[in-house]
Amino acid sequence: MSRIEERFRELKERGEKGLVLYLTAGDPDLETSLELLLCAASSGADVIELGIPFSDPMADGPVIQRAFMRSLGSGFRTKDAFRLVREFRKYFSTPLVLFGYVNPIIAYGPTRFFRDAVRAGVDGILAVDLPLEEWEPFREEAVKSGLDWIGLVAPTSGIERIRLIGKKSSGFIYVISVTGITGMREKLPAEYVKIVKSLRKETSLPVVVGFGISTPEMAQEVASVCDGVVVGSAAVRLVEEHGKNKEKLLRNFSSFVEKMKLGMQNGVV
Amino acid sequence: MKRLRLPDGRGYFGTFGGRFVAETLVPALEELEAAFRESLKDREFSSQLNHLLSEYAGRPTPLYFAENLSSHAGGAKIYLKREDLCHTGAHKINNTVGQGLLALRMGKRRVIAETGAGQHGVATATVCAKLGLTCDVYMGEEDIRRQAINVYKMRLLGARVIPVTSGSRTLKDAMNEAIRDWVSSVRTTHYMIGSTAGPHPYPWMVRHFQSVIGREARSQVLKAEGRLPDALVACVGGGSNALGLFAPFLDDEGVEMFGVEAGGLGLKSGKHAATLSTGRVGVLHGSRSYVIADRDGQVKEVHSISAGLDYPGVGPEHAYLKETGRVTYTSVTDREALSAFHLLARTEGIIPALESAHAVAFGVKLARRLGKGKVIVINLSGRGDKDIDSVREASGA
Repeated sequence: MSRIEERFRELKERGEKGLVLYLTAGDPDLETSLELLLCAASSGADVIELGIPFSDPMADGPVIQRAFMRSLGSGFRTKDAFRLVREFRKYFSTPLVLFGYVNPIIAYGPTRFFRDAVRAGVDGILAVDLPLEEWEPFREEAVKSGLDWIGLVAPTSGIERIRLIGKKSSGFIYVISVTGITGMREKLPAEYVKIVKSLRKETSLPVVVGFGISTPEMAQEVASVCDGVVVGSAAVRLVEEHGKNKEKLLRNFSSFVEKMKLGMQNGVV
Repeated sequence: MKRLRLPDGRGYFGTFGGRFVAETLVPALEELEAAFRESLKDREFSSQLNHLLSEYAGRPTPLYFAENLSSHAGGAKIYLKREDLCHTGAHKINNTVGQGLLALRMGKRRVIAETGAGQHGVATATVCAKLGLTCDVYMGEEDIRRQAINVYKMRLLGARVIPVTSGSRTLKDAMNEAIRDWVSSVRTTHYMIGSTAGPHPYPWMVRHFQSVIGREARSQVLKAEGRLPDALVACVGGGSNALGLFAPFLDDEGVEMFGVEAGGLGLKSGKHAATLSTGRVGVLHGSRSYVIADRDGQVKEVHSISAGLDYPGVGPEHAYLKETGRVTYTSVTDREALSAFHLLARTEGIIPALESAHAVAFGVKLARRLGKGKVIVINLSGRGDKDIDSVREASGA
């Protein structure tokens, strides 16, 4: 059992839901980015999703687009993501997955990318522009290197695709809550409930729902039907707001993560 | 017709192409692919399409022997395939008519598109007006500035032009924004991609709709010369006018083909858009092809005087044709394109689009090199009205 699956098993035993917290590597700069990672882990994030910036993020809304631009603007290189994870691993064993687009992986060389990821202490890969049809040979190489391959399911995915993605993923399954791009929303359509139910029939892997979740109340509502939620843009938004005032950023960020984690549990504890 | 059997079932031309998009879009691409496949077998669809192409878009376009330009070059006979005479002034309408009919067939009443020079935007807005579809066009702010006339035209035609302010504010960013819209609106919206780029089935489908150019040219040149041409020349941004001309000739081994990319201020300057000449293999906008990117795979800003060629990617079939050596890719600079623009205006009384002027610039050099007794066909993909301001600015007039 991988570190990710192990973490979800522990959570389940404790009757808790998992908080998957998204951050962009190198946003707003490498040093602050590391502090944010450490802060996320110490404030209650159960899994970290670390985004590798890309110049043309077609699946992301404005908040994450701007985070990518801040990071790249500060001189971020792909190899810096591994440096960040190595540093993070000196302090925390929190499972960590890399999120990203395939072009930087191709440019780095997929074999080398997955090898360096494992060496740095990465647990899984989430490639947003690799749908099922294009998984191979990337998935095979990643899994061979010892990484989990996290599949994404969308509201538009038919049952046949849901079945295949469920069967071939590892770590957890990421259910995209809305037909849309990343970004905060005030309400989510209930489609994800049906998808989670279909997935339960196909796989015993943890199922996590993401996109649009921005408040503890929303997190709690969504978490009540699945094993965890992803919080992304709402967290990144804090970096944007307080980027220049590091002390305030870390303080607000830490209390945001704590509130999300606590809020999620209220419904189930 | 060996080469025209590509792409394979997964949308690959050799190792190029594919479908690199978010999971949300895959079912829509499958639906589009199925609708397109069915339309290929549907007589009624092809008769509707042919009717619109001839009665509405103005096809067939002439294959014109440019006698004055030929004697100026002093070598091969130069024929121009006059796509500039199509309704809306460029080849783009061939594709939008086809995709417009497909959108109707799929019951999608809203159409979105990206545009660079505005030619595809105008062609999309035109067809949407004709077919009663709602139309939103994404266009980079920088291109809106460069192509004010086309922006106004789109609005006249009832389309909404949405300015894109992210990234380099040109075609690539317009495409990112259109894809983001589509991810959210996919159930009711058809995304009308204007080039042989993007995820499968677009590169294949757009080639199919554009290959009417080459089919006509092939029979026209046979009629005029009694033989096939020695060479074909077309400009390449995403690559739709080039593939439209090339595709029906791909298995005619004696016909050489040249794709002309935007050399901007020169390949060494770093300010150009010559993707096949200088790029690396990667994934942009849904397919595996060549991309102008840095060593980390971050896509770079590119430059061309012509907004339609100002794109850091290129259609995957072109990558395949480069790799197999079937087509030779080269580039000409902004300056060469500008002087070809003036040359064609003065010698033949034809004002070409700056995109097409790239093909003319190389075509004249090629005609000289091939010498007398040879025949070449240049795709004059669009007319230059939209570029008058840019040319005036660049000429310091």
